[in-house]
Amino acid sequence: MLRLVDVETCYGGIRALKGISLSVAPGEIVALIGSNGAGKSTTLMSISGITPARSGRIFFNDEPIEKTDPDKIVAMGISQVPEGRRIFPKLSVLENLEMGAFLRKDHPEIRKDLDYIYELFPILYQRRHQPGGTLSGGEQQMLAISRALMAKPRLLLLDEPSLGLSPLMTRLIYSILGRINTEQRTTIFLVEQNAFMALKLSHRAYVLENGAVTMEGNASDLLHHEDVKKAYLGI
Amino acid sequence: MNYFWDLFLGGLTRGSIYALIALGYTMVYGILQLINFAHGEIYMIAAFTALIVASILTMQGLTGFSVLILAGVIAILYAAAYGFTVEKIAYKPLRQASRLSPLISAIGMSIFLQNYVMLAQTSDFLPFPNLLPQSEFLDSISAWIGPSDFIIIVTSSVVMIALSLLLKFTKMGRAMRATAQDREMAMLTGVSVNRIISRTFIIGSALAAIGGLLIASHVGRINFYIGFNAGIKAFTAAVLGGIGSIPGAMLGGLVLGLAESFGTGYISSDYESVFAFTILILILILKPDGILGRSSQQKV
Repeated sequence: MLRLVDVETCYGGIRALKGISLSVAPGEIVALIGSNGAGKSTTLMSISGITPARSGRIFFNDEPIEKTDPDKIVAMGISQVPEGRRIFPKLSVLENLEMGAFLRKDHPEIRKDLDYIYELFPILYQRRHQPGGTLSGGEQQMLAISRALMAKPRLLLLDEPSLGLSPLMTRLIYSILGRINTEQRTTIFLVEQNAFMALKLSHRAYVLENGAVTMEGNASDLLHHEDVKKAYLGI
Repeated sequence: MNYFWDLFLGGLTRGSIYALIALGYTMVYGILQLINFAHGEIYMIAAFTALIVASILTMQGLTGFSVLILAGVIAILYAAAYGFTVEKIAYKPLRQASRLSPLISAIGMSIFLQNYVMLAQTSDFLPFPNLLPQSEFLDSISAWIGPSDFIIIVTSSVVMIALSLLLKFTKMGRAMRATAQDREMAMLTGVSVNRIISRTFIIGSALAAIGGLLIASHVGRINFYIGFNAGIKAFTAAVLGGIGSIPGAMLGGLVLGLAESFGTGYISSDYESVFAFTILILILILKPDGILGRSSQQKV
């Protein structure tokens, strides 16, 4: 579904990605783990077209997208939940969700998806007229994920969904991600520093170090791999 | 009391025009963090366009309301096309450049447009016909409000309410607000930011054109320099209200208009601009974000 081939991206004059290759199959949950500054966010921003790749190729359903504009990439079915959630602070919760459905015209379906979101996160229904900026961190994460889902993506990109959240909230968010994957058949590619949660949820994973992929495999294998344990799980 | 009322109305009239132009500054700033110094020139070009169209129509024997509508619509469309083109030529190529570059480009564009109109038309003041309609109703209220004051205040209010509704309730308005709050995130929801920027320039220019048309009719003469004067006042109004804030621009315009009117009426008309800029300096010292401006702090 998604394939990166030798992608190189520069960010602020620094070569943040030094030729990475990876792939995500339909229906999969794939994690990209790595420490701070490894290039995880840059990878997602390159896929979304915000920080375009300098060289290499990115394919979505076998179509090259490395030179495509961000709005066209969203239209093709890739939505991103960026790092730090990036809620529109002065738009209400409902307006934030409506922004997620910006490119859609199937109004009855949008209505149904909104109901699905409110069922996943009842708190968002209660807060629907409140400005997004007044929500707590966990609620903002729920809203950010919901906003991305409102685009009805085929591929959902998530950047550190657990960042700054309590363990309880992290577990809730991750269980919802699992549910979205099974119920909506949404393919998920997530980037995490919290390797333990990410590896438990995912089917497969890649390890990114200094802008290069250093390891890949089944998530359960990586979870028990000595190097991963030492470097990312703190065991 | 009567004198006070006259000054009050004069201030409202003046302030409504400032507000209409200030909206263009504030909307562009909200989305691009750019002061579009060529914005005042758009207003001037709209006034010239209306004058030319109105003269042609009058020569053809048309009169009254049809001249106003035709000249108005053409001036607004022409100004909107100018705004759109200025953005494409002077700002879009500099989207990735440092913030100073588009600012210099804006000043250059402003000077270019002024001189272009001066050479193409004339540097003298030209008489501008009063296009605003006459009616029995306006005559009947003329004892306490002048007909053109009335029309300017009502038209600007209607236009500003329409703009607020557009921003609040339409999909495009929502996308504009979202883009102003977080441009990159708006792109991630599928908003074409270039299209939003173009529309912002088109709407802002159309508002300035309406202002230009109204004030030219009211004052009765125009030259190539009116855009600069009105532009700098409207920019002051935008900063006064809090640049980037839509209600701020409206309020800032009214406050500035009233202050100038009362200042000139009760103190001295020689100091008209002094009142405007004294207020600007006071605001910048005491409340740099403007009356309704948000502080730039963000919740992380």
